Amino acid sequence: MQLTLSVSLTHYLVLSAILFGIGLFGVLVKKNAISVLICIELMLNAVNINFIAISKYVTPGDFIGQIFAIFVITVAAAEVGIGLAIIIAIYRNRLSVNLDEFDWLKW
Amino acid sequence: MVEFAMQHAWLVPLLPALSFVIIVLLTRPWQKLSALVSIACMVSSCVIATLAAYGIFTNHEFTEKPLVYAARWFSLGLPGAPDLVVNVGVQLDPTSAMMIFMVSLVASLIQIYSVGYMEGDPGFSVFFSYLSLFASSMLLLVISSNLLQMFVAWELVGLCSYLLIGFYTHKISAREAAKKAFVTCRVADFGLLLGLLSLQIVFGTLDMVELSEKIHHFQEYTTAGVLTLIAVLVFIGPIGKSGQFPLHVWLPDAMEGPTPVSALIHAATMVVAGVYLVGRTMFLFSQVPAAMELVAVTGAFTALFAASIALTQREIKRILAYSTVSQLGYMMLALGVGSLTASMFHLWTHAFFKALMFLGAGSVLHALHHKADVWEMGGLIKKMPVTGWTFVIGGLAIAGIPPFAGFWSKDEILSMAFNSGHYVLFAMGAITAFMTAFYMWRLIFLAFFGDEKPENHPHESPVFMTAPLVVLAFLATVGGLVGTPWTPWDINWANWIWFHEAHHAEPNYMVMLGSVILAGAGIFLAYQLYYVDKARAKAHALADKYRALHTLSYNKFYIDEIYLWFNHSIVDGAAKLFFLFDIYIVDGIIINGIAAVTRLFGEGARISQTGRLQNYALVFFLGVLAVAVILAFTNPSSAGLMLGGVK
Amino acid sequence: MSGFPVLTTILLAPVAAALLMVFIPRDEGKLIKCVAAVGTFVSLALSLYVYFAYDQALGGLQFVEKIPWIEDLGVSYFMAVDGISLPMLLLTNLIGFAAIFASWNVNNRPREFFILFCVLVTGVMGTFIAHDLFIFLLFYEVVVIPIYIMVIIWGSTKRVTKEYAAMKLTIYLLIGSAFLLVGVIALFMKSVGILGAPDMSFTALAEAGRQLGRFDQIWLFGLMLFGFGSLISMWPFHSWSPDGYAGAPTAVSMIHAGVLKKIGGYGLIKIALVTLPIGAQFWAPYMAVLGVAGVAYAAFGALAVKDLKYVVGYSSVSHMGYVMLAIACLNVIGINGAVANMFGHGVMAALFFSTIGFIYEKTHTRWIPDLGGLARQTPRLAVAFMLAGMASLGLPGLVTFMPEFTIFIGSFQVYGGLAVAGIAGIILTALYVLRAGANTLFGPPRPEYDHLVDIRGPELVPLVVLGTVLLAGGLLPSLLFDMINSGAVPLMAQIQDVLQIGGKF
Repeated sequence: MQLTLSVSLTHYLVLSAILFGIGLFGVLVKKNAISVLICIELMLNAVNINFIAISKYVTPGDFIGQIFAIFVITVAAAEVGIGLAIIIAIYRNRLSVNLDEFDWLKW
Repeated sequence: MVEFAMQHAWLVPLLPALSFVIIVLLTRPWQKLSALVSIACMVSSCVIATLAAYGIFTNHEFTEKPLVYAARWFSLGLPGAPDLVVNVGVQLDPTSAMMIFMVSLVASLIQIYSVGYMEGDPGFSVFFSYLSLFASSMLLLVISSNLLQMFVAWELVGLCSYLLIGFYTHKISAREAAKKAFVTCRVADFGLLLGLLSLQIVFGTLDMVELSEKIHHFQEYTTAGVLTLIAVLVFIGPIGKSGQFPLHVWLPDAMEGPTPVSALIHAATMVVAGVYLVGRTMFLFSQVPAAMELVAVTGAFTALFAASIALTQREIKRILAYSTVSQLGYMMLALGVGSLTASMFHLWTHAFFKALMFLGAGSVLHALHHKADVWEMGGLIKKMPVTGWTFVIGGLAIAGIPPFAGFWSKDEILSMAFNSGHYVLFAMGAITAFMTAFYMWRLIFLAFFGDEKPENHPHESPVFMTAPLVVLAFLATVGGLVGTPWTPWDINWANWIWFHEAHHAEPNYMVMLGSVILAGAGIFLAYQLYYVDKARAKAHALADKYRALHTLSYNKFYIDEIYLWFNHSIVDGAAKLFFLFDIYIVDGIIINGIAAVTRLFGEGARISQTGRLQNYALVFFLGVLAVAVILAFTNPSSAGLMLGGVK
Repeated sequence: MSGFPVLTTILLAPVAAALLMVFIPRDEGKLIKCVAAVGTFVSLALSLYVYFAYDQALGGLQFVEKIPWIEDLGVSYFMAVDGISLPMLLLTNLIGFAAIFASWNVNNRPREFFILFCVLVTGVMGTFIAHDLFIFLLFYEVVVIPIYIMVIIWGSTKRVTKEYAAMKLTIYLLIGSAFLLVGVIALFMKSVGILGAPDMSFTALAEAGRQLGRFDQIWLFGLMLFGFGSLISMWPFHSWSPDGYAGAPTAVSMIHAGVLKKIGGYGLIKIALVTLPIGAQFWAPYMAVLGVAGVAYAAFGALAVKDLKYVVGYSSVSHMGYVMLAIACLNVIGINGAVANMFGHGVMAALFFSTIGFIYEKTHTRWIPDLGGLARQTPRLAVAFMLAGMASLGLPGLVTFMPEFTIFIGSFQVYGGLAVAGIAGIILTALYVLRAGANTLFGPPRPEYDHLVDIRGPELVPLVVLGTVLLAGGLLPSLLFDMINSGAVPLMAQIQDVLQIGGKF
């Protein structure tokens, strides 16, 4: 009897779901804007895992998933850049990166 | 010539209208030229009218069958079977021929008179343009072949009256009088309009000839009750226009206008439009005895009522105004007792002597710089002989002294009332005759005889003003001779203007004698009170003795006050109420209320806008989740899609 | 009818003027006004041409231009005129042209003002010549926006602020059009089922609508009645009208009271009535009651107010009551009267508003107790005022009398006593018009107005143009009625057999 330990699509999806959940949790509860940005990265990477896994298992012939993952990475880099810039700008004004204090969009 | 005039009678109203347009657009800056244009057009129109009238009067067939030519004005509905057709046209028969002749003649004389009277007024040209427009509308009214066309002209004369009464625009009294005239007549026109609408709906036409044929056997269209109602509605119009009780209030106030206007509009022509309308629609009234009775009673009562007010008035034009109301009452009485002949005859003679008296009054006012109170005049006849003696002729005519014009027509009315068995109305007419003689001679004795007042410096008016007086005095003297019982039948008034059938009135000597005695008594009483008794102590004593009656009469029985109260409290009160309702209920509660509710919802929804990014994100994800769950449970195929992306 | 697309030219002339104005420097006020005037004049001249070139004997739709646009929805650029839309088109251009001159003294941002105004005129025209329901609604929405901006920027604040007035106007019109839209979409969906293919043209929708059941017709007509009714200021949905006119600048008041409001009546006749005759029959008595209520109510309102613009605002509500009453007659006379009255009232109201605009410009007040004796100082203005006032009270010889008379005949025939209550409005009308006129124009002249300059030059254009129409239409009513009749008779013939069930009420 041979123990076959093969990694199936489901494993990847579960991993990605866990990663996404952690990221989402962080986005919703973290007070520090930097942490939130990091958590967003987690969520984006969860998506990337999905893309690549599904591409590999469902449509092995083409590389659409991979291409999308690269896109996401690119966009994420830009997003982090802008996000950090905004946070720095806010910090200079407010001397704080606490999200609870950032409620001026209301007005 | 005559043939041409009859075929082109439409020129009669058109020429003055033309002069109105010319003056307004072109010649307004040049006063003399405007007057010239106006008078030239008016006189040409008068010439055509005279020729046309001559043509009508020399040809008996038009009495039975009027000369009508008409054109389509507009029509609605299918061209073949229209729902509504309105024609405009000219209808010439002896009645309208007499009217166009009389109106254009009086209008011409008054325009000539106005050259003198209005001299130096800044609105000289405008005044002539208004007079032309008025003459045009009035002539249009009398030759109308269609009741709607007549109504149009009816309203236009109302407009002219409004403009002319308010001619001195800077005077508040003139402004109010003009407004009052218009609104009062408008109330009456509402009735008339309803009457016309009913006629149109019931009989399908407003052409007078056609209508008279259809009403002749109205049973095919409607019941007698409805027809009576229609007649009463139509009669409301004349009540307003011809100053019958209770809508007479505007006429005395209308004296705010320049005096030629009072003479032209408020004595000779426009106010008789109501009488003329009833005369024109005799085919309607004669079918419904109840309406006829109403006309007769209204007329007799108005005659008496107005005369009783005239007894105590002080302003010269006001006395004449009430006298006009009273005389119009006579005309209505005549119509009500069924005599178109007598009514039109009185209309004819009244036009001359009343225009004469108004112009005479204008001449007096001109001389005295608009001092109007007869008690402050006196002895004017010495300084103003032409004005004075022509006024005396007018006084004799209106009092009913033979052989002056008023005698014959008034006698005709009284004998018609008597002969038709309306004894009460006859008595009212007779009392009115006495009062008329009294108040008119009171006016004459106070103003023209007696001692001169040193503060007055009267002078005779220029020839432009006296010449028309003389012409009118002549007409007021002989104008009645066409209708005496002894006039040869061929040229007798009664042979021309009648309804149903011509009949020769036998001289009723008893009535004739009675009316002369009454008139004589009235003049004699005035002579005693105001001429013999220089100090007028008896007159004052009499007034003191019947103080209450005097006050009542002097204040015109407070009818104006009642209307004023009604207008100010009821109408304005309702207006205010509606307005406040609009502002506070409709606008304040309903409209702004709905807006406020919307706003409230907005305020509520605003709470959810915390401004915290993470709240938004949470809601967002919960939303996505909810959508996913719902789709998964309701739609299996999409559940597959959600849960693995595998088909 | 092929050939030169004259209707499109009429429609686009003001747009062309507006585009040209964009390139004119903002301080060239005179030039901007001249361009606007030329643009509207081209429209006016062409619409006069169309009015007199229209073959009344032939009737029906003429000058047709049809280009398919959204085929899936059956929408096409379908322009055509008939006897009912032509008077409205002419009216729009008369007032548009006159309004340019009534705003000759606008010096605050003239370029923006006249551009917006040209767009406004185009929008109004579009609604009258479109024969496709989609296009009709499109133009209707085009109208709303410029009005809002113009009231906000060039309006005046009196009893209510101009912002409030603008908001009220806009929201009212939009609510009305929202209900209308629901009705239109429902009608369209049902018509697809009946016709088998989508078609948005009036003709097709009317054909389909007449086949609808009684229930459908009633609720669809109810929606349209509310939509069009609030546009024509049907009582009790009228309260935008006095406030809106009072807040708006002269030109907007002129266009709004003169023609825009009439889109309501026009829509009721040309869309709702033709398409849903049974619904109309159901609603007619209510319309008549609301019409009469509006006549009396607004006339009393006009008596009570002291601001000249409010007087005319209420008076226009009152006059529109007659239009409602006329439409409710559901007979040829009534329809003729309704359209003619809209025309007559449009000319009158425009002249009235332009006159009041000038009075306000010169005296800086519209408050009647502060005015008086202007007849001496500004006689031409007084003439314009009296002319408009007399037209308002329906003086024979002016264009407003015959329409009212025909309405009275039509409604008296159908509604009897109710119509009498409406006719009694003529007394109140006389009362408030004469009161306003007397207190503004007559009486002792006030020294503070001695320096006033009477209207002159371009300012006279509204008086001349509109006054001429008032007189011409009054003296020769067949000019107007023959045209309307050529549209009303076939229109009523279409629905006559459907109405046969009830006939009269």
